[in-house]
Amino acid sequence: MAIIIDETTPVIVQGMSGRIGRFHAQEMIEYGTRVVGGVTPGKGGTEVLGRPVFDTVRQAVGETGAEASLLFVPPPFAADAMMEAADAGIRTAVCVTDGIPAQDMMRVKRFLRRYPRERKMRLIGPNCAGVISPGRGFMGIMPPHIYKEGRVGIVGRSGTLGYEAASQMQALGLGVSTSVGIGGDPINGSSFRDILELFEADPETDAVFMIGEIGGPQEAVAAAYVKEHMTKPVVAFVAGLSAPKGRQMGHAGAIVSAFGESAQEKVVILEDAGITVAPNPSVMGETMARVLGHRAAA
Amino acid sequence: MDIHEHQAKEILARFGVPVPPGALAWSPEQAEYRARELGGGPCVVKAQIHSGGRGEAGGVRVCKSPDAAREFAAALLGRTLVTRQTGERGRSVDRLWVEAATDIAQEMYLGFVLDRKSERIMIVASRHGGMEIEDLAETDPDSLVRMVIDPATGLVEYQARELAFALGLTGPQVAQMVQVVRACYRAYRDLDATMVEINPLVVTGAGDLIALDAKMSFDTNALFRRREVAALRDRAQEDPRESYAHDHGLAYVGLDGDIGCIINGAGLAMATMDMIKIAGGAPANFLDIGGGASPERVCQAFRTVLTDPKVKVILVNIFAGINRCDWVAEGVVQACRTLDLKVPVVVRLSGTNVEEGRRIVRESGLPLVTADTLAEAADRAVAAREPVAA
Repeated sequence: MAIIIDETTPVIVQGMSGRIGRFHAQEMIEYGTRVVGGVTPGKGGTEVLGRPVFDTVRQAVGETGAEASLLFVPPPFAADAMMEAADAGIRTAVCVTDGIPAQDMMRVKRFLRRYPRERKMRLIGPNCAGVISPGRGFMGIMPPHIYKEGRVGIVGRSGTLGYEAASQMQALGLGVSTSVGIGGDPINGSSFRDILELFEADPETDAVFMIGEIGGPQEAVAAAYVKEHMTKPVVAFVAGLSAPKGRQMGHAGAIVSAFGESAQEKVVILEDAGITVAPNPSVMGETMARVLGHRAAA
Repeated sequence: MDIHEHQAKEILARFGVPVPPGALAWSPEQAEYRARELGGGPCVVKAQIHSGGRGEAGGVRVCKSPDAAREFAAALLGRTLVTRQTGERGRSVDRLWVEAATDIAQEMYLGFVLDRKSERIMIVASRHGGMEIEDLAETDPDSLVRMVIDPATGLVEYQARELAFALGLTGPQVAQMVQVVRACYRAYRDLDATMVEINPLVVTGAGDLIALDAKMSFDTNALFRRREVAALRDRAQEDPRESYAHDHGLAYVGLDGDIGCIINGAGLAMATMDMIKIAGGAPANFLDIGGGASPERVCQAFRTVLTDPKVKVILVNIFAGINRCDWVAEGVVQACRTLDLKVPVVVRLSGTNVEEGRRIVRESGLPLVTADTLAEAADRAVAAREPVAA
């Protein structure tokens, strides 16, 4: 089923009554995503886009059977909304919100550990573009038409650089099984490694393109996972070759503050793990095509 | 967001960290007066700038008398200090911290950071202090003690005690260390800090702990609920290009090259800068215009990039998801018409409403250079720096 979302996944939107939430919910519905309702505290009993709006996530889950939630909740209230979703039994939450305090995310991550593995919510983001399984459904803010249906998984921190990779692949006839934005914050719900594990187990994904950037340990953790556990080829790009040390490059998490966090060091770590790294961002599609071609010939 | 040493000391003292008596001076005369207030004996005069490495850059001196304090202050105030952390721009010194000299028996290191691996607040400490933590990690990595704090319980007292014993402290120093560690943790937690650093944390000749230096940084995402912290922002310490961008809600980082960049998305912005470098050029800045870019916002981005006189060409690279290429194109055309642009502009549009956007650029009659791919855009921007020979 690709990963995380397909045409059958019942999705609610937390913050659907707002301008941005409504706009993107509409796009999702038009694409064929199964949006079953929304949650806005105080707006329970109303309707948006022909879907019922509830006061609480628990009510929404009870009435609609929602399994996934997309959050458009402003930064001061976003952590609370994520914890509410986790406690109401949502299986996967995708949080688009940018600007959440790091200590709020620390609390959210700790909160999620209260639940046993089989009941623990998968959180994706925050500060991410969302998740799309082309031709089936999406939760997020991406332009869906740039994704061709296919068998390459994409996982990346950056939204727009993910679009760039998908459209380069589309131009070469390569399609995508699922594309996942894990977000640009220093503390995020799912890591590269978490998503790679899902792609490795997905029968509809043949290879994965991973888009890293400066800052943090997650690319190195992913490299170790790929080396030890992955049978599918992984191609990567790391943004920030020209980024100075100690400066935050837009994303709260994009800052080189320790050894091994620069783009150059990450490229070495990834290559050491057997991952093919695209030498520059304009050949992300080409590099993936070359790796897949080699495999087909082998 | 960074603050000054004297501000960090005031905050930490409020939470219970012992600091030497001291006061601010804005003039040489005031420095002398402060030195007399402190008893007239030896004092330390310290330049207040947002950077480490002040000592080796000549910004800190022990002065034997109030007269010596005045003389040093006269030489320091108004100067620009270039440290190993500031880059060549340096930071201007407009205030000094005058502090009673401390009798030092031992220097230690104590830091609190956000550890991205454990996703928790981490304490890093060493029985050696006074040098940068990066250098300490190289010269004596075994001396480093690390400890993570569970956000559900907060710091538990035994952790602070373990830390004190690990640093070799004994007797009443252990209780003092527990107090310092708890105070720093509470300041970090309650004020949404991203870093608290006491370097050095000193054991005095009398055997007491005292914070000789202090540094704090804060989570800009949390400033909405930390008004008292937001009020400590010192614009004079910022790159003026970055202050301007910040005031207009744009994510901007000034760099040393001459190709001005206007891009949407942090990752694409970094990748475009990388591509410029590979093409043989150098970016003048990082700028993420963000989602929902209106023509006015694009215009504002042009103004921001042009605050840098080094800029010889502007590269606009937009992959529109929630953005719309036609709006961006209108913004580019508007900026070119109203800002009396003297530099060439290279435009690459992709994504939502791209055909409409390209049409607007084409029909504007402006000498805009267009590109279809990331590589083309970078190549053309690098080529456009040099005037074309007639």
